[in-house]
Amino acid sequence: MKNFNIDFFGKKKTFFTISLVLIAVGLICNIFFGTKLDVQFAGGAFIKYSVDGEVQQEEVEAIVEETLGRECSVATNTIIGTGEDQVTVTFAGNESITLENQEAIAEVLSAKFADRTFKVVESSSVDASMGAKFFQKCIVCFIITVIFLLIYITLRFKKIGGLAAGVTAIVALVHDVLIVYFVFIICRMNINDIFIAVILTIIGYSLNDTIVIFDRIRENERLHKKDGLEAIINMSLNQTMTRSIITSATTFAVLLVVYIVALVYGLTTVTSFALPMMVGVVAGCYSSLVIAAPLFGMWQLKQAEKKANA
Amino acid sequence: MKRVKKPVFFIVAVLILALTFTAIFGVYGQNGDNKTTYIKGASDIRWGIDIRGGVEATFSPADGREATENELESAKSIIEYRMVAQNITDYEIYTDSGNNRIIVRFPWASDEEDFDPEKAINEISETALLTFRPGMEYETTTYGADGEAVYKTPKGETAETVLIEGTDVKSATAQLYQQGEGEELSYVVALEFSDEGTKKFADATEKYIGQIISIWMDDVMISFPNVNSAITDGNAIITGSFTAKEAADLAAKIQGGALPFALTTSNFSTINPTLGLASLDAMVLAGIIAFCIIAVFMIIWFRLPGFVAVLCLAGQMALSFAAVSGYFSFVNSFTMTLPGIAGMILSIGIGVDCNVITASRIKEELATGKTLDGAIQKGCANSFWAIFDGNVTIIIVAVMLIGVFGPSNILSKIFGESTTGAIYSFGYTLLVGVIGNFIMGIGASRLMIKSLSSFKGLRKKSLYGGADK
Repeated sequence: MKNFNIDFFGKKKTFFTISLVLIAVGLICNIFFGTKLDVQFAGGAFIKYSVDGEVQQEEVEAIVEETLGRECSVATNTIIGTGEDQVTVTFAGNESITLENQEAIAEVLSAKFADRTFKVVESSSVDASMGAKFFQKCIVCFIITVIFLLIYITLRFKKIGGLAAGVTAIVALVHDVLIVYFVFIICRMNINDIFIAVILTIIGYSLNDTIVIFDRIRENERLHKKDGLEAIINMSLNQTMTRSIITSATTFAVLLVVYIVALVYGLTTVTSFALPMMVGVVAGCYSSLVIAAPLFGMWQLKQAEKKANA
Repeated sequence: MKRVKKPVFFIVAVLILALTFTAIFGVYGQNGDNKTTYIKGASDIRWGIDIRGGVEATFSPADGREATENELESAKSIIEYRMVAQNITDYEIYTDSGNNRIIVRFPWASDEEDFDPEKAINEISETALLTFRPGMEYETTTYGADGEAVYKTPKGETAETVLIEGTDVKSATAQLYQQGEGEELSYVVALEFSDEGTKKFADATEKYIGQIISIWMDDVMISFPNVNSAITDGNAIITGSFTAKEAADLAAKIQGGALPFALTTSNFSTINPTLGLASLDAMVLAGIIAFCIIAVFMIIWFRLPGFVAVLCLAGQMALSFAAVSGYFSFVNSFTMTLPGIAGMILSIGIGVDCNVITASRIKEELATGKTLDGAIQKGCANSFWAIFDGNVTIIIVAVMLIGVFGPSNILSKIFGESTTGAIYSFGYTLLVGVIGNFIMGIGASRLMIKSLSSFKGLRKKSLYGGADK
């Protein structure tokens, strides 16, 4: 078995800088690109058709706009696996459309493109106020969950300074959530219920990772009290590293398989889940190793210093 | 170390394999033409509309009207009635009085080639028309989901004459009624008519005394009471051998028919079944490939403990399947959605991690020169709390998701009632997966490793990732 001997604690500033730079880049992109809330949260409507042959984007756009008198954007794509053509009509603004609207569009489209058959694959129309309420609920749920987690971790790691462990674990978690959020921003993906599912999964994953490391610190603190906190943290991180890498690599591999298969079948729901998850897994592994544990060490050393001075 | 007896491995392994096999394939019996399901397999899993296609629609009262909870309940009961009348029996429906809306989900009808979702939504949300008609002549009889006969489409005199309309009914309530001294109590539906309704009803009951006046909801006959006497005070009672629930339902339907508000469709979404089924195939394919990769990797890297880990992962997955398919009679079957599958994938990841932690720990202990028994004992003991704490934090997350986004919404005071949506199903499969991990990853896996290490041929340290000396 390979033994690592990396001075994680000594190089903490380098690691912190990397994370801060990434977050800064993400923030800048966020300012430039803005956040694209999905129909689910912001309200609005889209209809996705499958068509047996190619159609001109502009033509569809003109027809739909004429029919409803409402601006819209049209995107076309072909699914790799089946070769099927799809046309997605997204309406501008946050207003929903009515069923009658949807029927009217279908009628006009099939009249104008007589040799093509349009079939509704997916459609969605959401009233703006309901989306906002759901979004607020997600935020409140997130905050309450974090509080419960903080309490649990603080209690379980009381022996090594519970609050420090709890807070730094949450810092690592927020770090991962931010990174995943930026992936959505940079890839210009909509913030929707898939985003929520990814964030939740990453929260679970990142916490699990951090806790395995804290558990090792807890154990080493008991066995090697004399060595000092810095050495204990480095020792624990090196000991848990093989496990962190194996677990992250297998999870990553599973997600990669899911991503590739979904890409071939043209399942945008699944690809938009798998891609940010892959990034999140890497971020989760990284943040537990070089953010949570070193931050925890700094906190504890500061406290020891204060005690010594007092 | 107290060794675990040799046969334990085989007992546990056979149990896991049996569970996996039955959870995937189910156990069915053939009795003539009837297929009897003894144990539900993976093919019995009920898929959500995001997978098999279907319709989700949200209805709200038109013109921004705030409906009361009772009014929404009546509207719900009308919608249920109409769906059954349209042969849609596998629906989900929720009222959300906090947000003044009703949410309906139903799958694409499997036997219909040209299912028109727009038409279906429109028909469901049409304003209900309650009518009282003479006689009870009808054209067709169909059977609802509960096996009860549903009489449809009036004909003859019943079709020609409308005695009273829903707008004439002021209120309908379920009541306990005693015919006279010493008689048994029975459930009835009490009707109260408006002034105009009272007059119409008095005329009608006078004319049809001793005959039947049937009550219709749109195209379906919901009740056919006998007229015992002419009723002039605007109050009527529909008797019949109702149970408490039947009486309440009927009252809700009549009240609903008289409901003054029209429904508008505020949100709707439709998903084509072909899209859904393709995604299911793709997910199954991805699942099989991913499981094989994990299995090969675990066995190469961790050898014997890796082999045990693969068995346990199969068992954990089987438990997850069992929990959604209704394998255990005490666990209700569960509608599986794409986020639900995501939750399952995460729980498998945690299962892998649990086995990796234990196996790495055993490897580490062997590297420090411990005996095989000592290393296994120590490795299992040392890895326990890391796994335990990791699992409990995930359980906290899962329980919060179930609590907030499920039917038992703990934030309902602030945000109103909620429905079982996508996030709920993520939380559910995650919770089930983590519990499965406690049973398999911690319980079964350790028993098997300890039992296997009692075999003479399996006592080489190299099989556990150590060096033979």
